Amino acid sequence: MSTHPLLSVDHLRVEYPVRNRPPFRAVDDVTIAIGPRETVGLVGESGSGKTTIASAVLGFAPAAAGTIAFDGEDITGAARDRRRRLSASLQVVFQDPYSSLNPSRTIGKTLSETLRPHGSPSKSEVAEQVASILERVGLDPGAADRYPNQFSGGQRQRIAIARALIVRPRLVICDEPVSSLDLSVQAQVLNLLRSLQDELGLSYLFISHDLAVVRHISMRVVVLYRGRVMEAGPAAVVYNHPAHPYTRALLQSAPIPNPNLQRARRTSRQRSTPDLPSTVKPESCQFAPRCPWAVDVCREQQPPEELTSEGVFVACHRWREFAALPGGGADWSGPRLRL
Amino acid sequence: MSTSVPVVDRGAKPSGGNPRFFRRLLRRPVAIVCCAYLAVLVGVAIVAPIAMPSVNSQNAGDLFGANQLPSWSHLLGTDTLGRDVLSRLLVGDRVTLVGVVEALVVVLVLAVPLGLAAGYLGGWTDRVVTWLADLTFSLPAVVIIIVVLSVFPTSMLAGMATFGVIAAPGLMRVVRSATLPIREELYIKAAEASGLSRTYILTRHILPRIAGVVIVQASLLAAVALGVQTGLAFLKLLVADPAPSWGGMVADGTSVLLLHPWLIIPPGATIAVTMLALSLLGDAVRDAAVESWSAPVRTKRAAAKAAPASAGTTPPAGALLTVQHLSVSFPGREQDVRVVEDVSFDVAAGEIVGIVGESGCGKSVTAAAIVGLLPGSGRIDGGSIWFGGKDLARASEAELRKVRGRTIAFVSQEPMVSLDPAYRVGFQIEEALRRHRGLSRAAARDRALELLRDMHFVDPGAVARRYPHELSGGMAQRVAIARALAGEPELLIADEPTTALDVTVQAEILELIRELQMTRQMAVLVVTHDWGVVADLCDRVVVMYAGQIVERSDVQSIFDTPLHPYTEGLLASNPHLEPEAATLPMIPGTVPPPGSWPAGCRFSARCRYAVAACAELEVAIEAPYQGHETRCIRYGQLIKA
Amino acid sequence: MVRQVAATPPVAPRRSDRTAWVPDRAVLVRNPVLRVVVRRCVMAVPLLFVVSALTFVLVSLTPGNAAEEILGTSATPAEYAALNRALGLDLPLYEQYWNWLRHALTGNLGQSIFTGQPVTQAIGQRLPVTLSLLVGALVVSVVIGVGLGVFSALRGGAVGRAADALALVGFSLPAFWVGAELIVIFAVWRHWFPATGYVSISDSPVGWLHSLVLPVAALSLYGIASTAKQTREAMLDVLASEHIRMAWANGISPRSIVFRHALRNASMRVVTVLGLLAVGLLGGTVLVENVFALPGLGSLMVTAATQHDIPVVAGMAVYFTVIVVAINLVVDLAYVWLNPRVRVR
Repeated sequence: MSTHPLLSVDHLRVEYPVRNRPPFRAVDDVTIAIGPRETVGLVGESGSGKTTIASAVLGFAPAAAGTIAFDGEDITGAARDRRRRLSASLQVVFQDPYSSLNPSRTIGKTLSETLRPHGSPSKSEVAEQVASILERVGLDPGAADRYPNQFSGGQRQRIAIARALIVRPRLVICDEPVSSLDLSVQAQVLNLLRSLQDELGLSYLFISHDLAVVRHISMRVVVLYRGRVMEAGPAAVVYNHPAHPYTRALLQSAPIPNPNLQRARRTSRQRSTPDLPSTVKPESCQFAPRCPWAVDVCREQQPPEELTSEGVFVACHRWREFAALPGGGADWSGPRLRL
Repeated sequence: MSTSVPVVDRGAKPSGGNPRFFRRLLRRPVAIVCCAYLAVLVGVAIVAPIAMPSVNSQNAGDLFGANQLPSWSHLLGTDTLGRDVLSRLLVGDRVTLVGVVEALVVVLVLAVPLGLAAGYLGGWTDRVVTWLADLTFSLPAVVIIIVVLSVFPTSMLAGMATFGVIAAPGLMRVVRSATLPIREELYIKAAEASGLSRTYILTRHILPRIAGVVIVQASLLAAVALGVQTGLAFLKLLVADPAPSWGGMVADGTSVLLLHPWLIIPPGATIAVTMLALSLLGDAVRDAAVESWSAPVRTKRAAAKAAPASAGTTPPAGALLTVQHLSVSFPGREQDVRVVEDVSFDVAAGEIVGIVGESGCGKSVTAAAIVGLLPGSGRIDGGSIWFGGKDLARASEAELRKVRGRTIAFVSQEPMVSLDPAYRVGFQIEEALRRHRGLSRAAARDRALELLRDMHFVDPGAVARRYPHELSGGMAQRVAIARALAGEPELLIADEPTTALDVTVQAEILELIRELQMTRQMAVLVVTHDWGVVADLCDRVVVMYAGQIVERSDVQSIFDTPLHPYTEGLLASNPHLEPEAATLPMIPGTVPPPGSWPAGCRFSARCRYAVAACAELEVAIEAPYQGHETRCIRYGQLIKA
Repeated sequence: MVRQVAATPPVAPRRSDRTAWVPDRAVLVRNPVLRVVVRRCVMAVPLLFVVSALTFVLVSLTPGNAAEEILGTSATPAEYAALNRALGLDLPLYEQYWNWLRHALTGNLGQSIFTGQPVTQAIGQRLPVTLSLLVGALVVSVVIGVGLGVFSALRGGAVGRAADALALVGFSLPAFWVGAELIVIFAVWRHWFPATGYVSISDSPVGWLHSLVLPVAALSLYGIASTAKQTREAMLDVLASEHIRMAWANGISPRSIVFRHALRNASMRVVTVLGLLAVGLLGGTVLVENVFALPGLGSLMVTAATQHDIPVVAGMAVYFTVIVVAINLVVDLAYVWLNPRVRVR
């Protein structure tokens, strides 16, 4: 890539103060880069810090260390004015379709208010833009006069997408956008996101705990655990040949919709300790207490991020040994259904 | 994924301050009556002192005609100084209402902005405001008001304003705690991300949402202010004689109470009725604001259960649980709405059966119906549920209680809220053990620890001592399962047991359930929307769509050769199976909600194999192959494809 | 023979002996009960300052002064001045306050300007009356109110609506009016209870109870209604919660569910409201004491305020504040006991 990436997060740390104890690091030393027309997936379980990263990029959570740069410009700790201008290029779609729209305002009002901070177009222009974006996301323009409670979850999520896109941003942060939706609706929304990306040249930071969804939509994937990057690289490689024990555990734990295959791979799943300790000291690898392969150095030293031959960054002391193991990867993609 | 009971006209969360709210309010007769009464009071307050200007300064009337009971010349009698009670009552209205309004204005002007600021801005603002409020709250109101009134004798403004200042922290706290959750709402974050200013967000987004709360509190506060005003007037501190006030009139009456008990009744009754009107209005306002919520769960089952049309009287042999033609409905606006229709399946001993479907298909309602746990308004209106030789659909509450927890256990979706936050988890398991096994305290404690060890807890004692909020999601779910197993059940119903859990924890729970099945020969009925869970756990599968079963088969067949277009479409749209593809195959359209189910096949509108016949006639379940049934007349097309 | 007593070294005092009564900081921070108590006490200090200073200033602002009240309007200016000096009223306000404060910190709240009686004595004589009334009304409100609330929550349907209606009526009747009506009915028509007056418990426990029945009834009507309504609503809410549903699902007995699980969770909400109720009832005592001619703090306060009797008013302010702080403290402690979630950290 010749130019700078669209969004560049460097060694970001986000802390929350805790009384009488050292502050809790929700995000620690995370580096992510997203280029134009690219989708980067952030995958992790609860407590992984993935939502906190989104909050930090949007300016809701202060960065204790590290920088965030958008289009080459440092936006860490940006003031209100800068944030307002930034919102023309950086938007967000949230998870909960029931909470992301104000129930006492019409759709049209909600959509048009996103346009407010960026110049005052005339009423008819606003109405036109609202109508066109509604059509683009597959809803009828008459929806502008209705209230959110008259729409289903999937439709509301489309409205949320419309709200993000009405200003024609360049990067959209999608924070679990399909997690509250049914499977059949999920497919509709994912397809919509894809086609909009093609048409409008968008980039996505796609955050989810659902491995299959992230795999489907992302070009590159970042695997987070307890605020740290465990592994990051091209989606296909990470999913087919996970280099980090946590990624492996994650992939092995997610049941695949294929009974024979699922029952066969169950037996090969590595059990990790079920009861977690509540704090792990910052100097150790965060996964060490649960990792079946942890050795002393894992508990004493934070593993450095190293680049494998396949272009994947992995933060594990023993990754080379695992790469050499037979059957190192999880059997990720099962056979396709006959259609 | 919503597993809550579907309510037919599910509205949004409570809203306030928009026209629909007032329309809802005025639909209630109570609210109309109260508003009318208060309007009359306001009218009298304006008109009476003008129409009867002498009453305010009338020191005495006809002294010989004092203390008379009601007559034609004096409709409410005369007071101790011969003055007409009715006219004094009417003129005294203004004083009373003005006092209430003064207090309300002071409270609102102080509390609403401060509460908003504290709730929305947080940080130092919040801390300072809260500290000030706590301080003011602890002031002895009585002393302060009386002292202020001695500084400004008979100044109602001073008295009521002081009351207003002292009562403001109460409302401020309410406003603050109403603002806090709204601040976290995603549309506020979206608005902030769009660069909208804080003032805009406060006035256009947050204020309308809390308007409902404020109005409710204001009407309740008005009642309290009325009480304070009349109380102070009763002590003769507020209104200078001879001007009338309701409280003062009660005081006058009290001074001759033993001889002339009538005098305290007109003013007292007026005060009581006005307070009643204000309180009723407050309740009506609150009900109107939250009208669209679904009805709360009642503790007892719906009393009358209509005998279902097609009832079997003999229990079928073989299976542990046999559900036959089960139908469940909920009351709607005009008529009952069917939510589950004609559902039949069975679960053999030691078998794991999965009910799969998307939200609104009725799977959770079906599971709840089996143990008679439908929310208070729902009822079974057809079919039977055979278990242990008894039809649970027709069983009484007492009989069901014998079954629940003992032979059929239940585990639900959200482990963190399915345990009582006030008691340690060990105690809750012991409670179930003592109830079902009749164990002594010590024996129950030992057995509870055993159960926890079975759940793969490394240190069961430490876990047992914890409260639910001290556990992680996975731990809480395992505790919930342990409690469910206390009665050694034959069947475990698990409603979305892993949906709220992380992937790695989910795998542990699934393994645990499988282990339980093997070691205890326990049958499990799993309700889920996750096909991976189905593939992992289930022996047989039941697919539901729009309240009906659309396919039933063993697990391998349903993945290999689905015989219903819905199942096929659902499996195909799973991103797991299309990692590289640009577009996921998808099912167009949306599910018809209960109450608007079409005649004929409910999926036909979205089905790519549909023909005209599909939409015309109701489709029955057929079994093209042994053990594999489908509710589709076009299944042949699926096999061909 | 000289018996030699072996010289034993003096036993060094063990650290635990010496410091056992002083809790170390960690305990203070972690023990929730102590935290609550300390917090309330710490807040009480500025509160007392504020309240006493406020009342001091306010009373001093009132037109006229104590000297005029005592001597009437016909005395000469010289006599006023002399009396003022004698009473210490010619000093600047802050000095007067400072003097008062100094004495107050040693427990001496001064003397009434009018009666010369020590304030602590004047208040102390009347305190039991008000407290009996307040505590009595609170106890009755809680016992009957919670009972009614639980009953109507469980019954539902017509009984529930009737209970709602009754509660509404209870709210709406002003306590002073109810008191007057009770006098008419039970003291005048029926002579069951005394119309006015108070019998102290040391004179006759039965008489004390007897004289309190009507006043407590009048005062607690509102309390019963309020508590019943809050309890009913809290119970209904809790009974609809998921953990109650799960308790049903796992076959826990209905009695356990209602009284052990539902009531416990509902009472968290009710307790916070009870604190407010108590403070409100405290204000109500002034009215009820007036109606029943009980020699409590209320009447003393009204008189003292109108007479500009500064020491008495300031003293009352202090007492009332302490009562309010004590009420809030009890409420906080009860809440901590009921709700395990606030105990940790």
